[in-house]
Amino acid sequence: MRALVWHGKEDIRCDTVSDPEIEHPRDAIIKVTSCAICGSDLHLFHNLVPAMLPGDIMGHETMGEVVEVGSAVAGKLKKGDRVVIPFTIQCGECDQCRRGNFSVCQRTNRKGELGDKAFGHRTAGLFGYTHLTGGYPGGQAEYLRVPFADTTHVKVPGGIDDEKLLFLSDILPTGWQAAVQTDVQPGDTVAIWGCGPVGQMAIRSAILLGAEQVIAIDCLPERLSMAAAAGAVTVNFEEESVVERLNALTGGEGPHRCIDAVGTESHVSLSQPDTMLDRAKQMLMQENDRPHVLREMIYVCRPAGVISIIGVYLGLVDKIPMGQAMNKGLTFRMAQAHVPRWTGDLLRRIEDGQIDPSFVITHKADLSRGPEMYAKFRDKADGCIKVMLQP
Amino acid sequence: MPLTNLSGVARSEGDPRVQRKGPSSLSSADRLARALGWFSIGLGVVELVAPGRVARTLGLEGSEGLIRAYGARELASAVPTLSIDKPVGLAARIAGDALDLGTLSTALHRGNPKRDNALIATALVIGITLLDLSAYAGVRSAHRRPRGSSRDYSDRAGLPRGPQESRGLARKDFEIPADYRAEGNLAGALPMQVA
Repeated sequence: MRALVWHGKEDIRCDTVSDPEIEHPRDAIIKVTSCAICGSDLHLFHNLVPAMLPGDIMGHETMGEVVEVGSAVAGKLKKGDRVVIPFTIQCGECDQCRRGNFSVCQRTNRKGELGDKAFGHRTAGLFGYTHLTGGYPGGQAEYLRVPFADTTHVKVPGGIDDEKLLFLSDILPTGWQAAVQTDVQPGDTVAIWGCGPVGQMAIRSAILLGAEQVIAIDCLPERLSMAAAAGAVTVNFEEESVVERLNALTGGEGPHRCIDAVGTESHVSLSQPDTMLDRAKQMLMQENDRPHVLREMIYVCRPAGVISIIGVYLGLVDKIPMGQAMNKGLTFRMAQAHVPRWTGDLLRRIEDGQIDPSFVITHKADLSRGPEMYAKFRDKADGCIKVMLQP
Repeated sequence: MPLTNLSGVARSEGDPRVQRKGPSSLSSADRLARALGWFSIGLGVVELVAPGRVARTLGLEGSEGLIRAYGARELASAVPTLSIDKPVGLAARIAGDALDLGTLSTALHRGNPKRDNALIATALVIGITLLDLSAYAGVRSAHRRPRGSSRDYSDRAGLPRGPQESRGLARKDFEIPADYRAEGNLAGALPMQVA
């Protein structure tokens, strides 16, 4: 089969690889009908995530049709079922899964000892990601083996296009959780840093959850135009001061809730000197992440406000103003999305016409053009915000 | 043995293995930049550890300290050249090439017994400079975001009922789960204290 394979920094190829095989009674194989490139795939593309190996198959936003099931999956899934695959692999039985904390499932990371060493305690297995999270082959491929398939799937009905359903795999529940974990209340102002795909979903989620004012911060005009389409007030940080504008929009009080939908790779620019220092330290392996957004959120957030971190961070960050955070009494919430916790509800909202996630797709291409689309997405060329691939 | 085969030891029996490689996302300019970055490291190490030998070869005795500093400069420019910020590294390399040529020009006088070596080194640096310029132009062109290429997505609300109609729609049948509530924090407590 064909698959997008990681060979090193900025080196993704559409290779011919052997087909996946059922290994365990809880496995299933799906024929991929659609998949997408995620912003966090770019962290792998840039080789910022440790423990990637040449030959790893990329991709964690995938949907398709079941073509083979292991003996323990029967009853939950059958050949021909249409499924979206969450990017987190969950057993559904461990203490964390029972609490709904699926992204920290205790059993699905098949390289759990590595996870224990890296994170203190292992987290869930993830598709198409580092070997610290199991090194499971990803779904930017023609076929995908789904471990723990009896619990790691979202069954979806026919009659709705892939474009509307695919993002149940990641960015829609991720954006939703970003808003939910701020405990947004009607009347609140929510500021969202980053208008990439997750930021766009977080904007729509905050509106659906009743935010009075949503402020979207980015520097790319096309992303800001997409944010404005949903009713967000936009701030271009290359043209104006984020802090001054947020204070002006909130009567000098600051936003009640702040969402970081940027994470480790903050935009580097002369107007934000800390980002240049972070980039230099990152190159010299003195710091893993560029936490400019985190610093800015802590500074501008209203005292006793909530900070929600959904953008991916990788390791060590420098110069985080904990004094400001502590003295302002901020609440921090963060996690990889616990995808299945939200997918049932979100599927219903898609069917009900409350949200149509297909708005975010700006580019569609055959899987074979994946390497080219990675570069286009990274370079933000041609107005690229979200790439959907079809094998 | 290809790295993809070696890394197979980290995979399970049923995991797919690479059988045939496809074209890479790396452009030819990216590859050239990478080669120049590794060249920088090689040259930088030589200049740092053996500046005396380099000086003697070129007839630049007495410039050992300068050559060692150039070695450090080569290593410093290699870091961004090998990173995703290649234009920064390549620009630093081009500036370094100019310095190298300036220094070599002092060794081209007829009184230098190693003038032939200095001539060869100058020709090599000119060649490398051309490669640096080519790589710089290549990566800038391959990864540019052309001015005016921005698109207008102001018709993409993603909220079929419109932003105003959608505001708070989910509150009718969704409650923030108990473990995500922040009402126990200062924000929730203060109004009650005041009241």
